Amino acid sequence: MIDMKKPLSMQLDVSDFLPAGKEERQSLVVMRQSVSFWKDGLRRFRKNNIAMVSLAVIILVLIFAFIVPSFYPYTYEQQIRGSENLAPMQYSQQEIGLKAQGESVFPHFMGTDSLGRDTMIRLMMGSRVSLLVGIVASLMVLLIGSIYGAIAGYFGGKTDMIMMRVVDIIYTVPDILVIILLMVTLKFPLVNLANNMPGFDWINRIGVGLICIFIVFALLYWVGMARIVRSQILTLKEQEFVTAAKALGASNGRIIGKHLLTNCMGTLIVTTTLQIPSSIFTESFLSFIGIGVAAPMPSLGSMASQAIGGITSYPYRLLAPAIMISLIILSFNLIGDGLRDAFDPKLKN
Amino acid sequence: MLKYVIKRVLLSIVTLWLVSTITFTLMYLVPGGPFLSEKAPSAATLKAMNAKYGLDQPKIVQYKNYMVKAFFQGDLGPSLKQRGRTVNQIISRGFPVSARIGGLAILIALLIGIPLGSIAALNRGKWIDNVIIVFSTFGIAVPSFVVSVVLMVVLSVKLDLLPTYGLATPLHYIMPVLALSFYPASYISRLMRSSMLEVLGQDYMRTAKAKGLTQYVILFKHALRNAILPVVTYLGPLLAYTLTGSFIVEKIFTIPGLGSAFISSITDRDYPLIMGTTIFLAALIIVMNMLVDIAYKVIDPRIKLK
Repeated sequence: MIDMKKPLSMQLDVSDFLPAGKEERQSLVVMRQSVSFWKDGLRRFRKNNIAMVSLAVIILVLIFAFIVPSFYPYTYEQQIRGSENLAPMQYSQQEIGLKAQGESVFPHFMGTDSLGRDTMIRLMMGSRVSLLVGIVASLMVLLIGSIYGAIAGYFGGKTDMIMMRVVDIIYTVPDILVIILLMVTLKFPLVNLANNMPGFDWINRIGVGLICIFIVFALLYWVGMARIVRSQILTLKEQEFVTAAKALGASNGRIIGKHLLTNCMGTLIVTTTLQIPSSIFTESFLSFIGIGVAAPMPSLGSMASQAIGGITSYPYRLLAPAIMISLIILSFNLIGDGLRDAFDPKLKN
Repeated sequence: MLKYVIKRVLLSIVTLWLVSTITFTLMYLVPGGPFLSEKAPSAATLKAMNAKYGLDQPKIVQYKNYMVKAFFQGDLGPSLKQRGRTVNQIISRGFPVSARIGGLAILIALLIGIPLGSIAALNRGKWIDNVIIVFSTFGIAVPSFVVSVVLMVVLSVKLDLLPTYGLATPLHYIMPVLALSFYPASYISRLMRSSMLEVLGQDYMRTAKAKGLTQYVILFKHALRNAILPVVTYLGPLLAYTLTGSFIVEKIFTIPGLGSAFISSITDRDYPLIMGTTIFLAALIIVMNMLVDIAYKVIDPRIKLK
């Protein structure tokens, strides 16, 4: 309350500091629960039917690729003698014989390939490889790109100049060419490392081809992310909460990790999601030209490549991986678009 | 402007140097040496071969020789597996083929993408817009090998309209070019649609209408010229896409271009050919990217030159 008789008096009115009465308290009650950034974004995302359908598709594909194979009676490298080149749902002579004896034979939903391997399980494993490549590569891009971009943007000046020149150079490198080159040459040292050095045998378990792909993608694809994060940090670091954190004595690492990167979370999520389909795209390209994941491990690209020879007689062998890969890429693209509209509408160009 | 051009040229030179150095280093990290692949030659032959190709010299001397030859004399050395042929000969035989297919694909992609994107933006929300959005969303999700094979199955195997392999007649060009331009056409139409929508919402469009200009002049002189700028920046990546995409298309349609030469050099482990092709393609992409970037700054005066 301002005392109207002495409007310029500095004296405080004691009555202003009395505990609030019931009515006053009522007026301070928040009319509506405040909506957090996440809730707001998720609400908008949930309203987007296309994105929700795509999310459901991806979840189904994830179940198909990671859970179903453990219950499946066939394995991806198992060659069933006498069951070569079966059409979908067809049984071989032996299997018909077994069935006549009253034993149950699990059907080959999509037939078998020329080596007698069940196409369905190979499709599942191929999808698993594609999804793994897409998701792991994107997470690595997220990690490297965001930290690099944040450091360049936060420190600015000479640091920024040098760091961004490096980004510029890698950005102008024709990526597919260097990826092919690295894939061709990296296999030898990796196989060497896995066989001769103790403690590195996990490389063989995951597969040299996959490790190669991860390394190569991590080396080349982070630059786009770094650029986006840097430009966000440049504007964010001028804001008051950063000054406040500095005044309170927060370290640079804490400011970057706790205050700056959490504030560009929307951009990070959207860019990472949109990175997934492009990694899957590149992986299928590499497997198709024969330098991706090593046999007998299937990949959707290598399955398609192998099916080309018999395209006239067995078109479904090509269609299955082709449809699968298009479905995965399409769904991730649509989820990415949905997330962008929900969390980061400014990013839309 | 001059400063920007100089900076851009320097950046390209550094990148090219980096790519060729990486290429060289990687090729020589591979153990075994190029002559040890299948049947092991005698020690004397091996020594003679190494001397002939200069492989007995220290690595750094080899590096210097290769770089000097490659960049100042344009000589990329001999091929190891295709005896008696140089990498230059292989490139000069394959590249025109790939360039024809790639050039046609870029042209088709632009001719399809720009009109489709503009039509979609001008009819925002109507059925035609939705059709184009669906088409382009699917288009960027389907890898080029899928498009190639579907085209092949439908047009050649089932309908028997077009020949499946080689490049003998103009008819042979239809499928590879279509397969190669499918993704970029979809991408360009998406790009064009969003940039056209942005331009249509600008104040100068209203001014143009208020001045009483004809629909034709507004559309072509004011809207299209501004909206096309993002497509210009996409030309660099587009070129890189068609060059690397041709690896797959040439493999599927058995076209004797640079792409199939590159793929077979990888399966043959023909290192000089891998190195030479990589450096050649990288140089092409880097130079084109540089030209596109500079052209972009020339075309659009609104962009600040740093």
